[in-house]
Amino acid sequence: MTQEAETRPTRVGFFTDTSICIGCKACEVACKEWNGVPDDGFVFRATSYDNTGQLGADTWRHVAFIEQDDRWLMSSDVCKHCTHAACLDVCPTGALFRTEFDTVVVQADICNGCGYCVPACPYGVIDRRERDGRAWKCTMCYDRQRGGLEPACAKACPTDSIQFGPLDELRERAAARLERLHADGVAEARLYGDSPDDGVGGAGAFFLLLDEPETYGLPPDPVVTTRDLPEMWRWAGGAAVALVGAVAACFLGSRR
Amino acid sequence: MRAGRGGDPAVTVPEAEFRSYYGQPVLKPPVWHEPHMPVYLYLGGLSGASSVVAAAARFSGHDRLAFAARMTAFAGAGLGSGLLVAELGRPERFLNMLRVFKVTSPMSVGSWTLAVHGGLTAAGAASALTGLLPLAGDAAVMASALTGPVMATYTGVLLADTAVPAWHAARREMPFLFAGSALASAGAAGMLTTPRAEAAPARVAAALGAVMETTAAAIIERRLGLEGEPYHQGRAGLLIKASRALTLAGGLLATVAGRSRTLTAMSGLAITAGALCTRFGMLAAGKASALDPKYTVVPQRDRATGRRLVAVPDQEGGPDTP
Repeated sequence: MTQEAETRPTRVGFFTDTSICIGCKACEVACKEWNGVPDDGFVFRATSYDNTGQLGADTWRHVAFIEQDDRWLMSSDVCKHCTHAACLDVCPTGALFRTEFDTVVVQADICNGCGYCVPACPYGVIDRRERDGRAWKCTMCYDRQRGGLEPACAKACPTDSIQFGPLDELRERAAARLERLHADGVAEARLYGDSPDDGVGGAGAFFLLLDEPETYGLPPDPVVTTRDLPEMWRWAGGAAVALVGAVAACFLGSRR
Repeated sequence: MRAGRGGDPAVTVPEAEFRSYYGQPVLKPPVWHEPHMPVYLYLGGLSGASSVVAAAARFSGHDRLAFAARMTAFAGAGLGSGLLVAELGRPERFLNMLRVFKVTSPMSVGSWTLAVHGGLTAAGAASALTGLLPLAGDAAVMASALTGPVMATYTGVLLADTAVPAWHAARREMPFLFAGSALASAGAAGMLTTPRAEAAPARVAAALGAVMETTAAAIIERRLGLEGEPYHQGRAGLLIKASRALTLAGGLLATVAGRSRTLTAMSGLAITAGALCTRFGMLAAGKASALDPKYTVVPQRDRATGRRLVAVPDQEGGPDTP
């Protein structure tokens, strides 16, 4: 309510610079503690030092470990808070909404657990918590932001691999960082999700990666599924007309 | 790190080499349960097409077929609604479906359509059963002939409007597949519940629907490349094969089913079983498609590479050098 008189806040986001991630998982822990996210099982996966595996209803920050021949890659994944968010588009109850910070949040008191957002997300982020029945994901610490605080993961990150701030500023900072890395000979560095021209209109949480996105479990060219929805409704309209026509044909010549 | 090189060697799609995070899925598979979701998809289609049949039968004087189709439309919508509510993670909150109307959400459009269609078919059935307000009952049936086609086709959009590669790639054919299957189902139900002498239009509907469904499935098979692979493999592949055989056999039998009760029963049951196999197969294929990172990564990588070839040259030697 305090913001009613003020102008709309600028869009904020995360810039996760994986080139300085040390894989400490402080972000995972801080997220769980602040948001009261339940246990996701402490499992040794026997693939790497990754215990959580992937983002899900009970894992809102996930640190990926990739052991390559000459190096380790580490990256803290999170909900992308897309400009064109499929989860929000397809939510039938309005439980998913866009906040004043241009982030995407589930209202737990509205969600009826229909599960439609789950296969809609092109990043495989949101999931249904089966023992609770509702869909859950990162809120970018909506409550902390309302109180003027940065999200718990960014606050806890000891190397500033996770940076929080106005999205415009983060994009400038990321471009400068990329230029610096290229100048230093790290030719494989690339930004992921920073462009407003990509298939989701740009992510609110974007990354600097040191390998192809798919190596980190990220889709190489995600597109919001609802981009094709007008076309889909047209095809459905055609099918509906065909159905009526077919039924009419069934009764032609058999009038009693 | 290299994954892939898996799958069935008999498949004609060339094996794709791709990278992934320890072979883990990129996407989350659909959480919908069996039998709730596939049986709802069947019942919703059955109810939708039956309401159109009921209206056409009423107009053309096929009164017994009109009555049977009216009852089928009501039963399908009623049972289907129950399954949808049971499918929710929080069934007690099912009314939240009618909290907003969003054309960007096929589930929202479907919920509102089902609510209206369910009401209309219930009114039509109640009037026919009690003999009260026959004009209002007929009006309800006529109105349900408008909501019915939406019921029978929106489910195609429901599945296609996801990130699941096998579903999204089949977005053009999916509504026709569901419409055809719904028409065949309604025809089968009409055959099974109406005296043979008056069930001729139902038999034609069964045959036409079977043709429509089979054609849409064949186009999906032809047009989709790698994304279509889950329709041929594993449990989904078996279900789709069974569906194809049952639907075709049932559709053929429908053309001669007017001759005996046995043929009618065989045709009607085969088509019904085929329609159910279609729905179970589609859900299984969607889950398999989401769970294998190949179907997410390879088409997107191809797309990204193709675009990069024609993209701005300032990326040369830059971030995209492998």
